[in-house]
Amino acid sequence: MSTESTAILDDYKYGFYTDIETDSVPKGLNEEVIALISGKKGEPEWMLEWRLKAYRWWLRQQEPKWAHLDYPPVDFQDICYYSAPKKKGEQPDEIDAELAAAFERLGVPLQERNHLAGVAVDAVFDSVSVATTHRETLAEKGIIFCSISEAIREHPELVKKYLGTVVPYTDNYYASLNSAVFTDGSFCYIPKGIRCPMDLSTYFRINALDTGQFERTLIIAEEGAYVSYLEGCTAPMRDRNQLHAAVVELIALDDAEIKYATVQNWYAGDKQGKGGIYNFVTKRGHCRGERSKISWTQVEAGSAITWKYPSVILEGDYSSGAFYSVAVTTNKMQADTGTKMIHIGNHTKSTIVSKGISAGDSVNSYRGLVQVLPDAYHCRNYSNCDSMLIGSTCSANTFPYIESENHTAVVEHEATTSRVSEDQIFYLRSRGLSEEDAVSMVVNGFAREVFKQLPLEFSVEAIKLLEMKLEGSIG
Amino acid sequence: MTDKTPYFEIKDLHAATEGKPILKGVNLSMVKGETHALMGPNGSGKSTLANVIMGHPAYEVTAGKIIFEGQNVLEMEPEERAQAGIFLAFQYPVAIPGVSVAKFLKSAHDATHGKKKLNPAAFLKQLREHIKYLEVDDAFINRYLNDGFSGGEKKRMEILQMLTLQPRFAVMDETDSGLDIDALKVVSKGVNKLTGPDFGLLVITHYERILRYIHPDHLHILIDGQVAQSGGPELVKKLEEEGYDWVREEFGQEVLAH
Ligand SMILES: Nc1ncnc2c1ncn2[C@@H]1O[C@H](COP(=O)(O)OP(=O)(O)O)[C@@H](O)[C@H]1O
Ligand SMILES: [Mg+2]
Repeated sequence: MSTESTAILDDYKYGFYTDIETDSVPKGLNEEVIALISGKKGEPEWMLEWRLKAYRWWLRQQEPKWAHLDYPPVDFQDICYYSAPKKKGEQPDEIDAELAAAFERLGVPLQERNHLAGVAVDAVFDSVSVATTHRETLAEKGIIFCSISEAIREHPELVKKYLGTVVPYTDNYYASLNSAVFTDGSFCYIPKGIRCPMDLSTYFRINALDTGQFERTLIIAEEGAYVSYLEGCTAPMRDRNQLHAAVVELIALDDAEIKYATVQNWYAGDKQGKGGIYNFVTKRGHCRGERSKISWTQVEAGSAITWKYPSVILEGDYSSGAFYSVAVTTNKMQADTGTKMIHIGNHTKSTIVSKGISAGDSVNSYRGLVQVLPDAYHCRNYSNCDSMLIGSTCSANTFPYIESENHTAVVEHEATTSRVSEDQIFYLRSRGLSEEDAVSMVVNGFAREVFKQLPLEFSVEAIKLLEMKLEGSIG
Repeated sequence: MTDKTPYFEIKDLHAATEGKPILKGVNLSMVKGETHALMGPNGSGKSTLANVIMGHPAYEVTAGKIIFEGQNVLEMEPEERAQAGIFLAFQYPVAIPGVSVAKFLKSAHDATHGKKKLNPAAFLKQLREHIKYLEVDDAFINRYLNDGFSGGEKKRMEILQMLTLQPRFAVMDETDSGLDIDALKVVSKGVNKLTGPDFGLLVITHYERILRYIHPDHLHILIDGQVAQSGGPELVKKLEEEGYDWVREEFGQEVLAH
């Protein structure tokens, strides 16, 4: 067992390490490593070419510095870009017992008999998807839910048609890197007119040391289709930083609706700010069809550094986008998160509700852009960005950018910053609540509008997570 | 056991905030089952006394004691005081946006009832009865705690909390202020529901009006952080007829501007 696993003494209950034999590529990044990854996945030639184009583009770019974040430069040659648990089972579909046990401990049972009712799960362990549940039920409706690696092999026409069309490999530094080295992620395809009968979910787990996780998720909802998708993530506690640079692309055609929810609880580092995940993620949805809808709901509770702006391109007329976010930072965590709503079609609508909660010495910034293009008529946006401070050594920033180039647009922006007041806490304590319960009640009330958007069990989990995060952050 | 032993007692209490003394030797003693009224001009320290009884961290107790049922109240955290059966109806209740009245009341009930917690259905039934009794709208319980409440609604909310928590000793800090006669009657009705041999009540007010509905056994007059006068119901009558001035004079004070 590695020495890092002894660090698992703190309050992060997902901080355990699974000692499992792995198949990894050597540390470092070059064209051979990319070819090796592509080869391990049995990818077609066109995929490797796309990766290499992305890599060559990435080499010419600079790491962005505009975010309100402070961290030492990432050494991209000191990262392992592929690590997969070695298969032990004889049958190709058999799940390794140790892996299944690891996911069981995370509350994600993979064995058929224990499947979570009403949720289909794709489980990603380090660089590969290890199991996808409920596949048959979904297949009956023509829904494809599998790992992206499998989709590249089995449904190349769909992947080719949509991959990189929302987030091109030239999009930004981390998206380019991801395009070059992405190892796994989920693929969902909901055919025309189908309402997905259960929530689809991916659980991402980083286990191996010094391994980056670069997952790629692609969700396509054809005309009139509907899907609700949930994403959860954790990592062991380690005193070295690890990189997570994901790309998620959502495509909604006419009258389709995609709801995407994330509860992000990557390891955030210890109280002194040592270790933790760098979470540099590009998530973007494209309302391609008329009256299509995309919503992002996120509860960002982990990671040492979060850099993430789930966005919606509103191209179809009457399409709508939403962003609901709770971002909690404690100790030395830093978050720069928000959204972009790009109004291209007429009568497009967007809603932004962001609740930032900062405690300890953390820095929590909202950064958002609402853009209405010159020939987008009758668009509406409503934004509400509230920050709550707990204690006096944390900080909150709001950077709302509004670029409205059409006079018929109605753009409303509200922002508040408040402190959990001594009087509120005293009021609740005078009714018998402990100080911690009082703080969590105030904070949960503050974030309620966002929690309301989550499926029930998920929202219960999210509230528990928030309480755990803020434990001991007052007094 | 004689029921004349004080069950709530304040002895020579001194308290300050930001280094400024506000309470300067308060003495007060209550027997179980009694209702006392505390009156006094604005700024005399009534709310400070109420907050100190409940343990507000903004006030520093520099001397004295508070004893409730033999326990040293000043050594207890605010939540322990609530759990021991002490309640304060605040003069200015604060809002907690996003937290529904029902959820809040259930949490508070659970926190103060230890093993005698109610299941959600039984709790809701009881809550509905209280709401009816206080003549508040059913929709009240789904609103966010004190968020956007009118002054009158906030006061009823305090009484609703008091009925829910069933304390054994309560301080009501100017619950009557700003209420019209009808609201005042409703509030008094709620309070009278709790009064009995096992309940002690300290009503802080600066109008005599409420004392027509809640009949105190004793009246204390607080001036500049000290109890200047104490007496029985006859004192209420005198105050009603003559106002505070004579108290101030007897106490050797300048008449303070109102
Ligand atoms: N938290 C506080 N900070 C500063 N001054 C206070 C505070 N609370 C009370 N005071 C002061 O103490 C005095 C008594 O106030 P208070 O107890 O509210 O009087 P009352 O309730 O009798 O009107 C006033 O001069 C008031 O300004
Ligand atoms: Mg007062």
